[in-house]
Amino acid sequence: MCLAIPGRIVEIDGDEAVLDYGGATRRASLLLVPGAKVGDAALVHAGFAIQILGDEDAGKLMDILAEVETP
Amino acid sequence: MNAGVEALRREIAARADGLPDTVVMEVCGTHTHAMRRYGIRQLLPGNIRLVSGPGCPVCVTDGRDLARALWLAGQRNVTLCSFGDMLRVPCGKESLLSLAAKGARVRVVVSPLEALQLARAEPRRAIVYFGVGFETTAPLTAALVDQAGRQSIPNLSVLSVHKTMPEAVRTLMRSGARVDALLCPGHVAAVAGAEAFRFVPEELRLPAAVSGFEAEEMLLALAALMGMLRAKKPGLVNAYPRAAAPYGNPAALALLEGVFEPRAANWRGLGEIPASGLALRGEYAGFDAEKRFDIPLTDVPEPAGCRCADVLRGLLEPPECPLFGSACAPQSPVGACMVSSEGACAAHYAYGRDL
Amino acid sequence: MTDEITLAHGSGGEAYRELVEEIFLPAFKNEYIAPLTDSAVLPGGPRLAFTTDGYVVQPLFFPGGDIGRLAVSGTVNDLSVSGALPRYIAVSMVLEAGLCAQTLRRAVTSMAGAAREAGVLIVTGDTKVVPCGACDGMHISTSGIGVFPDGAYVPPQRVEIGDAVITSGPVASHGMAVMAARGGMGFDPPIESDARPMADAVRRVLDAGIRVHAMRDPTRGGVAATLCEWAGRERNILLYEEALPVKPGAAAACRILGIDPLYVANEGVILFSLAHKDAGAALEALRELPACREAAVVGEVGAGEGIVLARTRLNTLRRVLPPRGEQLPRIC
Repeated sequence: MCLAIPGRIVEIDGDEAVLDYGGATRRASLLLVPGAKVGDAALVHAGFAIQILGDEDAGKLMDILAEVETP
Repeated sequence: MNAGVEALRREIAARADGLPDTVVMEVCGTHTHAMRRYGIRQLLPGNIRLVSGPGCPVCVTDGRDLARALWLAGQRNVTLCSFGDMLRVPCGKESLLSLAAKGARVRVVVSPLEALQLARAEPRRAIVYFGVGFETTAPLTAALVDQAGRQSIPNLSVLSVHKTMPEAVRTLMRSGARVDALLCPGHVAAVAGAEAFRFVPEELRLPAAVSGFEAEEMLLALAALMGMLRAKKPGLVNAYPRAAAPYGNPAALALLEGVFEPRAANWRGLGEIPASGLALRGEYAGFDAEKRFDIPLTDVPEPAGCRCADVLRGLLEPPECPLFGSACAPQSPVGACMVSSEGACAAHYAYGRDL
Repeated sequence: MTDEITLAHGSGGEAYRELVEEIFLPAFKNEYIAPLTDSAVLPGGPRLAFTTDGYVVQPLFFPGGDIGRLAVSGTVNDLSVSGALPRYIAVSMVLEAGLCAQTLRRAVTSMAGAAREAGVLIVTGDTKVVPCGACDGMHISTSGIGVFPDGAYVPPQRVEIGDAVITSGPVASHGMAVMAARGGMGFDPPIESDARPMADAVRRVLDAGIRVHAMRDPTRGGVAATLCEWAGRERNILLYEEALPVKPGAAAACRILGIDPLYVANEGVILFSLAHKDAGAALEALRELPACREAAVVGEVGAGEGIVLARTRLNTLRRVLPPRGEQLPRIC
């Protein structure tokens, strides 16, 4: 229900963008992310960008773990 | 194996140490698939059991709804557009694929907008888009309908069997599911917001973690769940902050709410759940296939002896169902859990328990 | 010759002769086809390999290949993996009335090109024309004959315990290229099919003196289908996922469409199962060919009950089941 993969926006053409998926580029609709900019990383599901992704930061992941106390 | 995975594996084991047998449910077909694809079970200690909830839209599409889609596909002037996932789901002796082989116009689409392109290209055909999926996918259908309205496309309509997760999760848990923690679907959360799952710790008193779909992301979420279980502090941890903002994608939600309204929906294996389906609002009646066509109601009764409801609640293991492997097998599925290869029973049949 | 294929072209008279003389003969020039007799009469050895296959791809032309190239390469590859030297091809075509003659010319030229690459001759053929709508433009069947030189090694086509499994090159290109072209999926750069006669690759390995245990071209059902068939009931096969080469474009397409590369058809790949000690020599022989630079060991064979497992990048295992039907893109 949720197959979505990240791509980087390399070109915007009206309601559509060209995204780079590392190996191939492909168009997707920006109708759901009106504020998208070239250079943004977007999460793409069934031909639509559904969210703009925050910065990749591996350190953050371990911080999440630290959030929950372990007695 | 990279250092991150090994560190997470050790962390999970440490946190789970001493816990009683613990059931973690994921409610997303994509999580079911990803767990198997990465062999996640092999990295977990023996006291953690992963079960699949009703999060696979293929599995939970009611027979009567599928029958509507098949009827539409069988109409001479209709082209039915559908995601590939639904093509092989059996409906009695047929499926969308078998109808296509007999000449029905069924088009596999990868994006709902392909239905719009098709409607423009073939103005004399009725194009019907089969809207399947949860909160991740429904906004796309909303965008499709919105565009069709703006562009005045008269020959496009939508058969919506879209469903939403929260009510189904509530129904499942309140009806006595044997679940200790919930792994929440990260892409539903990307659209609806991580806070959409706040009700899990607050109403259901279960720890919840919003999870991505890469191996490391799922392990991270599992570690967060173990931590909460160990501390006996049910809460909501967003282990996928890169994609799931607290309140999701407001533009997508606005479009969704503008086009759709909640209604009761029939979930295969679970029965009718109020406010768990999405129907086109009255002002979009012109794009509603249920209103454009006089679709006959075909009753497709739940088969006798089907125990999917209990499997989906984590109360029954697939092999414990009397129909498993005999009357109910992947080539002749009886219930929801066997229909898609990612359903609990189909996966157990094909892969065995440990993988 | 008219611009379009008509029913008359298939009915054996003047129009048919025109088709043969203006399109087929100029492309398939050789002494065996020239007489236009009912059968080609051919020199051959005492032991022959013989195969046949049908090709019904849509669209007819796609990046990296076309139905004509497939029809020759596929049959050449089936002959090659038996250990034979591919020699002669027979072609049977069914054309849809209304098909553009230029389309036919393109496909036939492509067949001739593939035949030259493979060193085979197209020696006989037949064409029928069916009414508009009765077939998808063009269906091609090819049958092929290969010969075994005296004393040639004939692989037993049985994998042995301790074998290494080798791929001649990257997988999942062809099926994704066709799927992308058929669906107008707009990948840029376009995903390219790997369709290619692989007789040279097989020859290199055999000529290096390697006694291959089994060879196959993993077409329909992909690598998974071949490995599951090889595992049969008495062997288990372990695939090293990380070692399996996939071109970046095809890999991206698989990720986007939710397709597992193991199940995607290939038309320019050979899988070998051979004694582990021969793996190095086999790779060296293959990598001399530009098309096989990415040849790699991708798995191993053990005793078992027919289970195929893949080792993931996490060092966990996932079961690889036999394919059930064509791969469809998924959103779930």
